[in-house]
Amino acid sequence: MIGHIHSIESFGTVDGPGVRFVVFFQGCPMRCLYCHNPDTWNFNSGHEYTADEIITKMTRNLPFYKTGGITATGGEPLCQIDFLIELFSLAKERGIHTCLDTSGCTFSDVNKEKLDTLLKLCDLIMLDIKHIDNDKHIKLTGRSNKSILDFARYVKTQGVELRIRHVLIPKINDDLESLTSLADFLKELLPLEKIEVLPYHDLGVFKYESLGVEYPLKGTPVANESDAKKALEIILKQINKQQE
Amino acid sequence: MREEWFSFSEGAWEDEINVRDFIQNNYTPYYDGGDFLKGPTQSTIDLWNQVKELKKKEIEAGGVLDMDTKVVSTITSHDAAYIDKDKEQIVGLQTDKPLKRALQPYGGIRMAQKACKDNGYEIDPEVVATYTDHRKTHNAGVFDVYTPEMRKCRTNHIITGLPDAYGRGRIIGDYRRVALYGVDRLIEDKQNAKEGSKITMYADVIRDREEIAEQIRALTMLKELALKYGCDISKPAKTLKEATQALYFAYLAAVKEQNGAAMSLGRTSTFLDIYAERDLKNGVITEEEAQEIVDHFIMKLRLVCFARTPEYNALFAGDPTWVTESVGGMGTDGRPLVTKMSFRYLNTLNNLGAAPEPNLTVLWSSQLPEAFKKYCAFISIKHHAIQYENDDLMRPLHGDDYAIACCVSSMRIGKEMQFFGARANLAKCLLYAINGGVDEMSGDQVGPVYRAVSGDYLDYDDVMDKYKAMMKWLAQVYVNALNIIHYMHDKYSYERLQMALHDKHVRRWFATGIAGLSVVADSLSAIKYAKVKVVRDERGIVKDYIVEGDFPKYGNDDDRVDDIAKEVLHTFLKYLRQNHTYREGIITTSILTITSNVSYGKNTGSTPDGRKQGEAFAPGANPMHGRDENGAVASLASVAKLPFMDSQDGISNTFTIVPSALGKTDEERKENLVALLDGYTTKGGFHLNVNVFDKELLLDAQKHPELYPQLTIRVSGYAVNFIKLTKEQQDEVISRTFHSRI
Repeated sequence: MIGHIHSIESFGTVDGPGVRFVVFFQGCPMRCLYCHNPDTWNFNSGHEYTADEIITKMTRNLPFYKTGGITATGGEPLCQIDFLIELFSLAKERGIHTCLDTSGCTFSDVNKEKLDTLLKLCDLIMLDIKHIDNDKHIKLTGRSNKSILDFARYVKTQGVELRIRHVLIPKINDDLESLTSLADFLKELLPLEKIEVLPYHDLGVFKYESLGVEYPLKGTPVANESDAKKALEIILKQINKQQE
Repeated sequence: MREEWFSFSEGAWEDEINVRDFIQNNYTPYYDGGDFLKGPTQSTIDLWNQVKELKKKEIEAGGVLDMDTKVVSTITSHDAAYIDKDKEQIVGLQTDKPLKRALQPYGGIRMAQKACKDNGYEIDPEVVATYTDHRKTHNAGVFDVYTPEMRKCRTNHIITGLPDAYGRGRIIGDYRRVALYGVDRLIEDKQNAKEGSKITMYADVIRDREEIAEQIRALTMLKELALKYGCDISKPAKTLKEATQALYFAYLAAVKEQNGAAMSLGRTSTFLDIYAERDLKNGVITEEEAQEIVDHFIMKLRLVCFARTPEYNALFAGDPTWVTESVGGMGTDGRPLVTKMSFRYLNTLNNLGAAPEPNLTVLWSSQLPEAFKKYCAFISIKHHAIQYENDDLMRPLHGDDYAIACCVSSMRIGKEMQFFGARANLAKCLLYAINGGVDEMSGDQVGPVYRAVSGDYLDYDDVMDKYKAMMKWLAQVYVNALNIIHYMHDKYSYERLQMALHDKHVRRWFATGIAGLSVVADSLSAIKYAKVKVVRDERGIVKDYIVEGDFPKYGNDDDRVDDIAKEVLHTFLKYLRQNHTYREGIITTSILTITSNVSYGKNTGSTPDGRKQGEAFAPGANPMHGRDENGAVASLASVAKLPFMDSQDGISNTFTIVPSALGKTDEERKENLVALLDGYTTKGGFHLNVNVFDKELLLDAQKHPELYPQLTIRVSGYAVNFIKLTKEQQDEVISRTFHSRI
């Protein structure tokens, strides 16, 4: 089977634990305003690879990945679930740690049987919750967050490790209420492998320019490491408070 | 046992000169982290401030603070001199003042004259007359014998950087011997060696006997040098301070006599740790004092300097001295050779701030203690001043008491030396193959009159055949030029002190080198996988190329092109090895350009890979700037494919990554750098310079050099003060690949 792949990064250090072979899938149904990979949106482009080609590319340099593994991201990898199953099956056959970075937005449409097969092949799922408030989520991404939150719950029922990521965007989701409501939801999912708050950056703006698309968040200030750290503290505090 | 050796474990080292045996019997491997380390003492801070002030003045003066124009430097030519006598734990300067460059005419009086003149000084005419009319120099000897063909190769830059007018360097004296045995014992050993020489006086026996006589003379002078500073090093050292001082005097004597291109120190930390452990145990010193001795020793190494010309600096940018010190590595018995002293050496970067010298080189093995690996990663990320070389590759060849000379050249300490031979420009050689031996820049017939390519498009098999024939020619001229150089260097500028700190019978590596490997690999790949059309000038010389279509590029883990790089390397080495060598030197090669990748590029016409005339080559074995598009691992994997045994003198790779691409937190960055180094060395990668910074840092330093007096970056086998590079060299460094995808 052929996968449509935007690109491959052979030394990924920010998409899952350790040093990772990161496969960027081509095509995404979401249109997040702050997306820094808009060049992965289009379903009709990208390079064609077989799963075997990708795994071979990775395994010839396996010594680099002994602390990490493979990460499927994008784009939305779940939009090519058959290919993803094949890719992760090959990885698991070779004992490689697998990580799926997804928006979870296709959960309501996805074939449950296939999803279960896939989840059995995932060592870690990274799920980005963009906004806990559904209206604001729609504004930010063009879609409801219902299926994303359901996906998170489902992953936990299947016993797969889950990491929650949250991109902190000033004036959009950095207010106390948004953060505490997010924490309230995360409490349902405990234990989590990790909660990451990533500061919003505008390093992807040049891609919009080269695609001829206006950057929708023009003028939104970037967040920094310490903003992200503070936001994470708020979330953790809220989670712990409820646990007491 | 001698009283100075009390409490040491006995072994063969007592009866024979055998430092390795002493280390193996006495050292204490250290498995934990750097928590025990101490900061600088007040006198270290004071002393370093004085050195910084001097270095600032040196930069303000245009790069040279002062030069000796009258006193020819020998081991004993100058009286004792100090920076601040009361504060210095370790003493000894090259001349009568710190940073005053010595007058060293034995390599060549013209070079010495030019170095002075270009810096605004004039050598005493009497000295010039002596070394012109009465005492021949190495340079004069070489040019008496060079063939017209060799001269042509030189002026057309197909062979560049030959040590025919300056000291060849890359010889590491076993300076530890002086500390362990004392000079008297070493003299006695050399006298025995002389007495034991062969009895029929053939030329080689006569040469050996004369060389040993010179070695003994140098050792006697070494004792005298120490006495000028009130130190007696005729006997073994009794403490860490004495051992460090004796070792430094031996090194100082070497740099007083030789202006070698690379004057490396060896592998001294674990040796000195034995003295530190004994002193600490007996309450002779505290940890602060141990660190202070090391800081002061390293400070002295940071002051080493030589008189050099602007042309030399164009090849070897930033005024390097390659005081290379090898740290770490594993023992053949499986114990790490990491000690607390390994940490103390690295800690000097914290205590004194970053600096390019000494050229701290970690001998990396995936078997090293994890805490040490992480500490190295921490130091790399913080200072970008250290480099890594693959101990797992070198240990099977050299055992566990070897060191790195210069950037990447490995040799057993005191048992092997090398004849340094700069490098041949293989990219230009490819153009010679295409143009039938005519230089594409000068239009001169430099190579043999072989048939040039005909037609408008290049054919891979045709070009490859022609290229092999041209490489075979080049290898012969090159090795023969080196034979002349090393014959004359031995004759007129023999490294008597360094060789006094070797065994009588040494193995000699005959080191050649190549430049432009990535240009050649990509060019041949373009010819093979795309279509390359030639553009000729009015004389019929191919001056440019038009590449139609895409082709695999070296640096992307693509065997189609990486195999071409391997084949070219293997072929050239084979041709080199077909030649006779001086003193039975064993031919090796390196893929290392120092910073001459800029000047090689300047002197090489357009190449079939699309590189335009004058554009810089990539340094060492690096992929061409920006052509490695599949991330760091793919780039490293391509370089790691080059077999060490085809390039035993080293395969240099300089790697720059922005901090955010190395991980999110400090801890993650350390872990990921360790994983990267483990991966690279496990894959057979030989050498890695690691830089961790953003391009903006360099751009800012270029604009405001005064704010970055100590900014150090790795360039190619060594580190430089960024602000000491020329604008052109800075721009080239900035244009290199920064792995930055996040």
